[in-house]
Amino acid sequence: MDIKLKIWRQKDRKSQGSFVDYYLTGVSRDMSFLEMIDYLNKKLIENGDEPVAYEHDCREGICGSCALYINGRPHGPGDLVTTCELRMIKFNDGDTIVIEPWRAKSFPVIKDLIADRNAFDKIMEAGGFVSVNTGSAPEANSIPVPKPDSDEAFDAAICIGCGACVAACKNSSAMLFVAAKVSHLALLPQGKAESGKRARAMIARMDELGFGSCTNTGACEAECPKGISLAHIARLNREFLKEGFRS
Amino acid sequence: MSKLVSNIPGGPLADKWSNHKNSVKLVSPANKAKLDIIVVGTGLSGSSAAATLAELGYNVKSFCFQDSPRRAHSVAAQGGINAAKNYKNDGDSVFRLFSDIIKGGDYRAREANVYRAAEVSNQSIDQMVAAGVPFAREYSGYLDNRSFGGVQVSRTFYARGQTGQQCLLGAYSGLIRQISRGKVTMYSRRDMLDIVVVDGKARGIITRNLLTGEIERHSAHAVVLASGGYGTIYYLSTLAVGSNATAAWAAHKKGALFSNPSFVQIHPTSLPQLNDYQAKLTLMSESLRNDGRIWVPKEKGDKRHPNEIDEDQRDYYLERRYPAFGNLVPRDVASRAAKERCDAGYGVGETGLSVYLDFSRALEKQGKKAIESKYGNLFDLYEKITGINPYKEPMRIYPAGHYTMGGLWVDYNLMTTIPGLFAIGEANFSDNGANRLGAGSLMQCAGDGYFILPVTIGDYLADEIKTPRISTDMPEFDKAEKDVVEKIQRLMAVNGTQTVTSFHKRLGRIMWDHCGMIRNEEGLKKAIDKITGLKEEFWKDVRIPGTVGELNQELEKAIKVSDFFELGRLMCQDAIDRKESCGAHFREESQTPDGEAQRIDSEYSYVAAWEYQGEGKDHILHKEELKFEDAKIQKRSYK
Repeated sequence: MDIKLKIWRQKDRKSQGSFVDYYLTGVSRDMSFLEMIDYLNKKLIENGDEPVAYEHDCREGICGSCALYINGRPHGPGDLVTTCELRMIKFNDGDTIVIEPWRAKSFPVIKDLIADRNAFDKIMEAGGFVSVNTGSAPEANSIPVPKPDSDEAFDAAICIGCGACVAACKNSSAMLFVAAKVSHLALLPQGKAESGKRARAMIARMDELGFGSCTNTGACEAECPKGISLAHIARLNREFLKEGFRS
Repeated sequence: MSKLVSNIPGGPLADKWSNHKNSVKLVSPANKAKLDIIVVGTGLSGSSAAATLAELGYNVKSFCFQDSPRRAHSVAAQGGINAAKNYKNDGDSVFRLFSDIIKGGDYRAREANVYRAAEVSNQSIDQMVAAGVPFAREYSGYLDNRSFGGVQVSRTFYARGQTGQQCLLGAYSGLIRQISRGKVTMYSRRDMLDIVVVDGKARGIITRNLLTGEIERHSAHAVVLASGGYGTIYYLSTLAVGSNATAAWAAHKKGALFSNPSFVQIHPTSLPQLNDYQAKLTLMSESLRNDGRIWVPKEKGDKRHPNEIDEDQRDYYLERRYPAFGNLVPRDVASRAAKERCDAGYGVGETGLSVYLDFSRALEKQGKKAIESKYGNLFDLYEKITGINPYKEPMRIYPAGHYTMGGLWVDYNLMTTIPGLFAIGEANFSDNGANRLGAGSLMQCAGDGYFILPVTIGDYLADEIKTPRISTDMPEFDKAEKDVVEKIQRLMAVNGTQTVTSFHKRLGRIMWDHCGMIRNEEGLKKAIDKITGLKEEFWKDVRIPGTVGELNQELEKAIKVSDFFELGRLMCQDAIDRKESCGAHFREESQTPDGEAQRIDSEYSYVAAWEYQGEGKDHILHKEELKFEDAKIQKRSYK
């Protein structure tokens, strides 16, 4: 099929970017979305032009590298998919596809479709861990964990850190990202001891880094490729408040 | 042979690690604070090592090419992680885990290393659970286990189909904690392009900052490579497309011997290739073989829909050929059997290059809910890519390049032949012999990173406590940086007409055809000629757009592919040298009358360790003889 692409091109962090149009013929429905961009890049390189820079690595929806804002949605059309899992079968001959990087104050654009998501690591540094040193762990089965708790912790722990929640939010809030980590660790006895402190520290860091506040619109949940639930934000709020009573 | 001193401790096998731990030199806390360690790579082994070394008090500099350490490729491991906990009371033990790995590796791994890997496996599980890794649990609240390819006990811990992600994020959280404490300095978006050796010791690395293109110098008292495997040499593989051999190859060219490079595991359950633009092959966890049954039609070229083919018209060829293990035979056996059926004309799908993986019986017996809870995300993944619902019809699968058992040669202390340079995880060769068992990779990475390297590196660093901080102004750093800059300039100057990827695809095809699942001497020799020709063409006609001093993804790829030509040549040389079949290495010339692998212990019971002699020259082979004192040597049979 033949498609028209409007792609955000930006030379580097300091430059002004703009949309550039590309007409791409001979796209196969079998291609993944990123293979379609690879195909475009091959043509660009062979014509002596610069290929479009974008991030990707595992290409199976788990590393969280790919992060394209396609036709107004993080990771494009379809639910529960990352950009690399998106297939061209979702598009039709003659379609115009608009491709941008994530847009958020805390995720500055580095080049073309690549935004700097280092702020997520900075939030994690504030407390996204259990403070246990290697060697001091008790026998793994010494603390049974109720299966429902463990399963729910897992459902939060599958966050891939892609940032779609931030890109989807009108306030560019990182609340779902923070909630996923706080909730994952609060549900497990191993992470409970530091739970309130963790919630406070991560939220404070999120604010410092310029992420917006949460107004519970649920756009993050709707666009999360891993289906992480808003209920985790409620748990984060509880952990946050509990710590408030304690201090 | 003096180059290869394996430093295996004395005493009975089961006591070696304890004895060694009791005898290695220690570094006092005050001295640790004066010592710097570079760790390259942030997968499970690199992250856990960096975090643990920092906890011990060393100053750690951690490097990854991704934007965040959390994205390293361990994240994609699906099925599980083995440990000898014997929670199922099914007769498992450290010794049995050790025996299974040795047998699975077809008696080409070092006994002492493998026993130690099995021994520390239990501690790794304890550590990860404490760090908040949400492994699957039973209704009782205790940890669940499942069985995995190639073994007869249930010892695999798992977190749905995302075990690697959860293990990696556990290690990443430990790493990030040490970054926040200032004990680890994180350098993300860096490619390591050379290693700096001063007076025979590893003292630093040269990196390229992928954002600015700047070439940087970093120094340390010791360097640890946790840079993963090189399965992307096939272009299409199950690996993340950014995975590469460049760091390990740089170390090799500076004197670190490279072992068993041709031992590459071809994973049996990947999705088949769909189009020419495909960038990778998606892995379907081998855990699917616990409940899925593999078959092809009994009739050649039967094009009917799989659901229309009756039970008695299906050939469950693994169950037929290997009644004892059936669909759970090790990966190499399952892969070759699939290739055999497809080559004989029984393959299915448009290309005839795939076989069915069928869940109808499991769905009937266990119900949809049970299957969903075990494999839900894998079934979803399959449907997303193919549009086919595996609850309703069988999946189609085909083998794909996956894991490299070969890697940098290391001694018992995980040190390479360059003093002060260590290699852990998939980057070394030591534990998996000629074939790795399922759920063995995460196990080795966690063991190396959390529990083994942090002990053994101390033995080396104890003699370095008087060495002041290493200066990057030394002539060795000048030289290494100059070499890197010159290579990049040479690449940019080619200014030809073909993309880097087009070369990578052609190289991958040569390797897949001649140094893949089945090899023979004639084909391997042909491959060396073809690689040599392709390399020449690359250096005359590759086109790299853009400039050096900016984010330039084509340049990044070109550097990696230029190293793959050299590694590919060595893989073929290694495969030619080993005229036996063992594990994943199947030489057509060495098979039993019924088509199974014929191992030749009398001649090939050694680790091949290759020494670099300069570009385009044949490597020199060193041999480390393998002795089996505790594992019972048997013919590897799964019949």
